[in-house]
Amino acid sequence: MLEIKGISKSFGGIRAVSDCTLELKDYTITGLIGPNGSGKTTVFNLITGSIPPDKGEIYFEGVRIDGQLPHEVASRGIIRTFQLTRIFPKMTVLENMLLAPQHQTGEALWPLWVKRKRIQKEEKENLRRALQFIEMVGLLHLKDQFAENLSYGQQKLLELVRAMMVEPKMILLDEPTAGINPSLIRKMMAMILKIRESGKGFFIIEHNMDVIIELCDWVFVLDNGEKIAEGKPKEIQNDPRVIEAYLGV
Amino acid sequence: MDLFLHLCIMIAIYIIFALSLNLEVGYTGLFNFGHVAFFGIGAYTSALLTLHRVPFELSLLLALAMAGLWGFLLSLPSLRLRGDYFGIATLGFGEIIRMVFQNEVWLTKGPMGLPGIPKPILFSYRFATLPQYLSLVLAFTLLTFLVLRVILRSPFGRVLKAIREDEIAAAALGKNVLRFRIKSFIIGSLFAGLAGTLWAHYTTFVSPGDFTLLETILVLLIVVLGGKGTEWGPVWGAIVLIFFQESLRFLRLPADWTRYLAPLQQMILGGLLILLMIFRPEGLIREKGKISNAGDKGDQ
Repeated sequence: MLEIKGISKSFGGIRAVSDCTLELKDYTITGLIGPNGSGKTTVFNLITGSIPPDKGEIYFEGVRIDGQLPHEVASRGIIRTFQLTRIFPKMTVLENMLLAPQHQTGEALWPLWVKRKRIQKEEKENLRRALQFIEMVGLLHLKDQFAENLSYGQQKLLELVRAMMVEPKMILLDEPTAGINPSLIRKMMAMILKIRESGKGFFIIEHNMDVIIELCDWVFVLDNGEKIAEGKPKEIQNDPRVIEAYLGV
Repeated sequence: MDLFLHLCIMIAIYIIFALSLNLEVGYTGLFNFGHVAFFGIGAYTSALLTLHRVPFELSLLLALAMAGLWGFLLSLPSLRLRGDYFGIATLGFGEIIRMVFQNEVWLTKGPMGLPGIPKPILFSYRFATLPQYLSLVLAFTLLTFLVLRVILRSPFGRVLKAIREDEIAAAALGKNVLRFRIKSFIIGSLFAGLAGTLWAHYTTFVSPGDFTLLETILVLLIVVLGGKGTEWGPVWGAIVLIFFQESLRFLRLPADWTRYLAPLQQMILGGLLILLMIFRPEGLIREKGKISNAGDKGDQ
């Protein structure tokens, strides 16, 4: 589904990612772990087009996507969340959700005057789906609140369901459980598993090993921008190279 | 009575002007410090055309097209800039346009200005008297308000707001940020051109001195004071500020007071603004969405 072939990226003298090759299969939850500064978020930024790679190629469903702009990558069906959540603070929870669907008729100017019926229909359908999602994560009673009034954990959930609302083929989650309490983490994991069943791929950066072990079908390990291991979570956990990278022994 | 009608006309023109800036500043987050340029382009275009006996209907349309076109041309380089840099680029553009009005004497008669701009004739009806002109301006104000309202309440307007809030997140959700910004900027410029046209045919005289940075600041104040990012904010802002500015001018005061009047007016205005920004920084009208009662602010 997603193929990353030999990408490298340097910032000044620092090699953030070097010659990384990762292959993600359909309908899987893939983990990306590694110590701080190992280049995980840079990999996400490279995939989603926020920064161009110095070298290497990225393919999504056989189409080359490196060098495309973020909104182009997104409209191909790769949606990401951010390590520090990026919700739209002065928009309501519902508005945050309604923004997500792609290619809305009412996002162009001309149809506002000539295709009013169709826009209304789309809005109604989107509203129905949005309400379903926010009910799923227990935010229904907050639907008309500005998103900035939500707690951090609630914002993370909102960002997740907002990504879902796009109907993407693949979702990239950057530390979805960082800074949230355990009961909310369980809720989030249940959500992710449920969403996977509907045929989506996940690529997750995570430090919480319990989450990785429980969720992931496959894990890549980065250290200093290089892939040092990959495999099933259980195997990875006992890999001496991984233990060395994480624990420094 | 004439004074009252004059006030209403000025307020209505500034409502259009402020609504157009609110689209950019309030909804799209584009801090345009050269908005007066498009007001000026509209005013000069329509003035020159009607002085050359082009019918008002056509010169109005061409004035709007001209303002929109320049909005588009300016947006191409400047909208790639971020925040304050964009502001400085537009500020520069505003000054350039004023210089063009002042120095291209063959076209604009330079600092002499253009006197004798004819009153508009729309479909062979001449809007010459104050009540007639007021009805014309009000019709256009209503039209502007409604058109912008449809745009801003639509999914299109929602994307603009999202770009204002966080352009990186908007792009990550597949929105072409640059395109939306350009569109917003063109619409804003177009309606500023409309305000300029109506103003030129009202005063019947335009000169480069009418389109200084101070005008931009005034309309920016209207938007911020009224409540940026709201439908009614610019309307109330224009009513309050223009009423204040224009009515003080006509107060009958003893002769030796008048020389204090201008500075005093600015002082009171400044004081009012400071008070307002302290006690109600979001402006007279608030953006919708509940501010308080956010439920449990702690985790979960």
